[in-house]
Order: sequence, then C-alpha cells, then structure tokens
Amino acid sequence: MRLGVIGVVILCIAGGFFYLGGWFSPNALTPARFVDAFERADGVFSGFRRNHAKGVGVSGYFESNGQGARLSKAVVFRAGRVPVIGRFSFGGGDPNVADAPNMVRGLGLLFRLSDGEQWRTAMVNLPVFPFQTPQAFYDNLVASQPDPQTGKPDPQKMAAFAASHPATVRAIGIIQSHAPSSGFDNTAFNSLNAFRFIDAAGTSIPVRWSLAPVQPFVAVTTAATAQTDKNYMFDALISSILQHPLQWHLIITIGKPGDPTNDATMAWPDGREQVDVGTLTLDQIESEETSPARDINFDPLVLPSGMAPSDDPLLSARSAIYSQSFTRRAGEAKTPSAISAAEVRR
Amino acid sequence: MSVGTASEQRQFTVLMRILHWLMAAMVLTMLGIGVAMVASLGDYHRLVSIHRPLGIAILIVVVIRFVNRQFSTLPPFPASMSSRERFVAHASEILLYALLFVLPLIGWGMLSAARFPIVLYGPLHLPPILPHSVMLYALLRKTHTVLAYLLFLAFIAHLGAILFHTLVVRDGLFSRMAPWRVHAR
Repeated sequence: MRLGVIGVVILCIAGGFFYLGGWFSPNALTPARFVDAFERADGVFSGFRRNHAKGVGVSGYFESNGQGARLSKAVVFRAGRVPVIGRFSFGGGDPNVADAPNMVRGLGLLFRLSDGEQWRTAMVNLPVFPFQTPQAFYDNLVASQPDPQTGKPDPQKMAAFAASHPATVRAIGIIQSHAPSSGFDNTAFNSLNAFRFIDAAGTSIPVRWSLAPVQPFVAVTTAATAQTDKNYMFDALISSILQHPLQWHLIITIGKPGDPTNDATMAWPDGREQVDVGTLTLDQIESEETSPARDINFDPLVLPSGMAPSDDPLLSARSAIYSQSFTRRAGEAKTPSAISAAEVRR
Repeated sequence: MSVGTASEQRQFTVLMRILHWLMAAMVLTMLGIGVAMVASLGDYHRLVSIHRPLGIAILIVVVIRFVNRQFSTLPPFPASMSSRERFVAHASEILLYALLFVLPLIGWGMLSAARFPIVLYGPLHLPPILPHSVMLYALLRKTHTVLAYLLFLAFIAHLGAILFHTLVVRDGLFSRMAPWRVHAR
C-alpha cells in the first residue's frame, strides 16, 4: 500500500516531465520535426545548414551615424564603427544548387558590439514572408514535397495548401510584384519580422529594418544564366566586392499603433517614419572553407540590450529551428562549399 | 535552531536546509524548462532566456552549498540504515553534487565552444570558457542532454529513497532535511 503511494508519486513526476518534453504529443511540431522536413525536402548535406545551405562569407563594418540612439539604447546605434561578419546565401537545403535570380537571397549578419554584446540578424530579399506561423511554413514544406513518381510537387496538395492559407497567397502576390535585382550586391534585404526597440527611458516601439543597397538597382537580364557558370551570381558578388567595398544603408521603419507586429506576411502601410541609422560596408569575401561565418548560427534572437522580439510567433520558432539545424551540422564532417576558396581567389 | 553536540543534532543546519530546498526548487524548474524548451517552438526563446541565468544560479548555489557543507556538522544517519545503505546514500549525494556542478559548466562551455553569447540579463553576459570549435559544441551539447537525464534519474532515486524511508521504514530520515524544525523524540 505505502509502496503503491511511492510508485504513484514517482509516476506523476516522471509523467509531468515527459509531458513537458512532448512525449505524449507525437504529432506536435517541434524543432526536430521541422528540421526533419527540411531534410526530407532537400536531403542531408554533411556539415551544411538545413536551409540557406549555399553561401559565402563576408566581413566589414557598420558605421553608425548616431541617429538610431534615440530609438534604441543598443550600443550598436551610438555613433561609431562596429565590426561585422556576414554570409550571403540562397534559400533551400541544397549547397550545390545552381544560382538563379528567383531563388530567395539571404544575408546573415553578426555585429560585434564594443561592450561584448552581439546583434545577429538573418534577412532575406523578400518584401514580406510567405507564412504567418511555423505550422504554415511546415505544412507548405510537406505539401511541396516532390512526388516520387513525377519528381514534382503534387498540384492537388499545393492547391489545397493555397486554399487554406489565404495569407500566403496574398503574400506571394506582394512578393511577385517586386522584381528581383540582377545580383547580391544590389539587393535590398529585409528583417521581415517585427521587433521592438527600447530607448534609454524604457520606451518600447515596434520596428522593422531593412538594408537598402547603395549599388544601383539593375534588373535581371537573360544574358547571364547558370548554364555556363553554376555559381554566376556568387561569382559576380566576388568580383564586385574585390573591385570596391559594397554598401547598404540600414533603415529602421517605425510602426504605428495598430500595425501588425505578429504577422510577417503583411507589410506595414506606406508613409511610416523611416530612419537611416548608418551604413554597412562589406569589403572582404571568403569561402565558407575558411570564413568564420560558416560556424555562426545567425539566430535572429541574439539581440543586444535595447532590442527585443515582437509578438511574432515566427521569431521564437526561427531561434529554435536554427539552433536545431546548427546542432546537427556542428557535429558533422564539413564538406567543401560550392563557392570554394579557389573560386573566391579567382 | 537545535543546538547540541554532533550526536544530539538531528537536523541539518538551517542554512543547509534553506540551500537544499532552494536547490530542489531550482533544479526541478530547470529540468522542466530544459525538457520543454528543446521540444518547443513558440516558447523556446522565453524558456531558453530563463534556462541560462537559472543554470548559472544553480552553479553558484552548488558551490556555496559545497563550501558550507565542509564547515558544518552533519546529523547522523538513523540507526536503521545499514552500512551498505549509508554508502549508497553517500555515493548518491556525491553524484548529485557532481551533476549540479558539471551540468551548468557544460552548458556554459558548449555555448562558449559555439561562440554563442551567454546572456544573463540585459547587457550582462559571461565570457567564453572554451576554445571556438563547433565539433566540441556538438559533443558537449549531447553530453548536456545525457547528464540532464541522468540528473533526472538521480533525482527520482533520491525522492524514491526518501519516500521509502519515510513511509515504509519510518525511520525519520526525512526529518533531518525537513524544512520545519523537528524536535528530538
């Protein structure tokens, strides 16, 4: 009888522990299941990121003009220079994919603040994100899985996903109305998710940020394609950065009350206050074989004091999933990047 | 507190009992947060933001406990415990102390090896304690999980043993660490 009581107590505690660990909800979406879906979609490439696998390392600095200091107490916005490590990438889990202008372009950045803090951000060239929630992103990954018979996604599953996700359809409309630029160097990158800035007085405001290229916009031409050079867009980036440093203005857009901060599929209305807080200069480029960028997890929630996440559900999920992807690839043998050291030196 | 010679003392000192129950609450919270955060998307960030400073707090408390223990008189085991039981009880104490010391250090070390900032609160962060190596990170990350499950098992065994002594053997073992004052019978 008394032994039974002990058994019940122990079972309750163990049960609570395993409940918290999600052992009783095998269909719930977890970071591991999300990364499994990336692996099913694109395969596993030893040592590479499970998404944004193909990339190249860059470095340079951010020169703050001091204009951001009134928006956020983050040290990075005090006037002055901060070293930056970054990585340009294409979306998708295949590190050997052929360059194409319609693929998602990413730029991950790590700012090393003078007080030892870090700011990491992972931006893309899309004006809005196609998915409202982690579940929608996951369901799309599953729905667009190529059919083993045809080698293409099942159009019925794709249509069913679109029918049940009007926010995604709307976002894709916005994305398609923005023509991509010719290369990485003249691409604008966006934070997509909303964040919060906190000033010295403790006032918190909703913000989004973007990088506006100093290099003028050039439309995609049909002359350059991956038919002759699989890495032609990365190679163009390499030659342009070797000729002259590339620059972007860091633009902070300030949301007004009522602007959605929990929905990355929606753009904020035009006319929101925008503040140019400084210039990012990237003057070094390096293959992932030698660049420190390879081993960086550009977790969007590595934020300095003075910046905080918004209520966007994607942010915590991105942090969790990036961590899972990082942990898996960290322990794997590293295989050479498509953008090799020789390619960068060429 | 009950003062007396070592043979009369039936309870751990007040400070030792406070530290024990503080540690129990922190470790139980930590185990729950740890197992929940690795399975969580929406709450991951909130949980991990508690996990790191709480881990460092546990590291500090375990050091205080260990040092305090060296300078304190411990109450004797009940006469009902055989020498083998005393050995097992002592060994499990050493295991618990070791895990509570090593687990936060491995957490700190693995984030150091990944060069991931170890933010405690606001701009307050810890320096890295290991060289930059993602392979080392991966190894320590696995070790952290394995030892955390071992800590959970050790905690269950600790709880099971004390329940057994209290409810079945009824030798008053629990009263040594009871949060309230227990008078000599």
